[in-house]
Amino acid sequence: MTLRIEIEDLAKHFGAIKAVDGVSFSVSKGEVVGFLGPNGAGKSTTMKMITGFLAPTRGTVRVCGHDVLTDPISVKANLGYLPEGAPAYADMTPDGFLRFIADIRGLTGADKKRAVASAAERAQIKTVMFQPIETLSKGYKRRVGLAQAILHNPPVLILDEPTDGLDPNQKYEVRTLINEMAEDKAIIISTHILEEVHALCTRNVVIADGQVQFDGTPSQLEAMSVYHNAVCVSVANVDGNAFAAFLNGLEFIAKIETLSANRGFRIYPSNGRQITIELAQVIRGNGWEIDSLYAENGRLDEVFRTITMGGTGSLRSSM
Amino acid sequence: MNMRNIWFIMKRELSGYFATPVAYVFIIIFLLLTGFSTFFVGNFFERGEADLYPFFSVHPWIYILLIPAISMRLWSEERKNGSIELLMTLPVSVFEAVLGKFLAAWAFTGLALLLNFPLWITVNYLGSPDNGVIFAGFLGSLLMAGGFLAIGACISATTKNQVIAFVLSLIVSLIFVLSGYGIVLDFFSGWAPTTLIHAISSFSFLTHFDAISKGVIDIRDMLYFASVIMVWLFANAIVVNARKAD
Repeated sequence: MTLRIEIEDLAKHFGAIKAVDGVSFSVSKGEVVGFLGPNGAGKSTTMKMITGFLAPTRGTVRVCGHDVLTDPISVKANLGYLPEGAPAYADMTPDGFLRFIADIRGLTGADKKRAVASAAERAQIKTVMFQPIETLSKGYKRRVGLAQAILHNPPVLILDEPTDGLDPNQKYEVRTLINEMAEDKAIIISTHILEEVHALCTRNVVIADGQVQFDGTPSQLEAMSVYHNAVCVSVANVDGNAFAAFLNGLEFIAKIETLSANRGFRIYPSNGRQITIELAQVIRGNGWEIDSLYAENGRLDEVFRTITMGGTGSLRSSM
Repeated sequence: MNMRNIWFIMKRELSGYFATPVAYVFIIIFLLLTGFSTFFVGNFFERGEADLYPFFSVHPWIYILLIPAISMRLWSEERKNGSIELLMTLPVSVFEAVLGKFLAAWAFTGLALLLNFPLWITVNYLGSPDNGVIFAGFLGSLLMAGGFLAIGACISATTKNQVIAFVLSLIVSLIFVLSGYGIVLDFFSGWAPTTLIHAISSFSFLTHFDAISKGVIDIRDMLYFASVIMVWLFANAIVVNARKAD
């Protein structure tokens, strides 16, 4: 594990507003860290400080060993950054824009040509290379920004909402692209699309009110849900009340909940363990026929809400 | 300082001028204004002298109006559409970016100035002017344009609004020209110490430009414009650093 990004006690105060207040985490090669949090939680501000755009009020950031305060140029040379909203020079074409970026990134001759072609290919903007950027759709603009970020094959990628404004197919392609690059890079992506937690991330950092509220794997995040390992079950031809009474008598069940429209019950296990097999056995043992039975992984939106809207402290993962 | 970065930023900026009609409109207006004022305000023919003094003497006034139109977009546009975040997270220093943008605007103004060459051909056809004086005039005009551009670039970095940048640059430029003008100096001459009056007039673009455009290439006038440019560009870098993320 090579540490590529090290963030220590990072803070940014705008007057009395503490946009970011003591954020610490690090990212190694091969990790894709999903940076989650509600709007205004400090995600973009943190990213702006990592990339050297904003000077922190307190704390340090090191990228590939370079301190962003003392050696910002080396930091910037080592990272690719897609800023929020994917800004670009509107009157340029993607081709001219990418060649400008390649120039600034120190690429020349055949290397430059290859880098521009490869970035355009991977971001799938080859068909619009010679149209002014201002005439492109939101999805294309975003991908031009992405092409710009990956152009010089940087060891570190910081992507602020890379899939925002893309249609489902484009989202899928961008995620595939990020997954392909994940192996030899350290990547931070900010998002509030929770499905990306599983589709993309090897780890999640959740921030709210300028502080890290959770730092762990997607599974750990899901495990925090009250629905984690809950089982929904319905049985055929059995009176609901009798079935409920039977379930309430089982010692591994903490609580049951009646689902609407006769879809059976949701069963919460005691101490969060997996009960699917056990439950199936006792139901069959009673001679009942199971209509449907499935376990829930946990609901990220509910965890997200719990973490970011108070009840912090105790939710911190052990990592 | 990385010269390559300055060059790339300059190149990008300059190609931006020609990607839109802005460049062509500017050059045409500039040529019309210089031409018109040379013949009708400066009385080019009536003077009966083979020089370009009428042409150069109106430059400060034309620049006051037109240079802010070039400089206003340099930074405020980047700030408005957010591309400044992209530029400032590329491995370039603030001063490289400041210099690259300034040089692009300056080169563009230089091009517009050079396109007045038919006038030079005209005087050489009609008489035998001192081409050394004319060269000095072009040099002085270019230096003065650089001064106005540096002011405008710095002011452009203070706002996201190009109209505000234009108006403020115009006013500051006006102050820098008027401070050498008789009326302004008369206002001070009744009560202010002579050293102050001297200082005020020595700050004027007019004072220094007049000498050069008459063919007197004094190193002090050159240094004056060079230092005006450097001071404003330095301030520009400070403003960009302070305001880039606002």
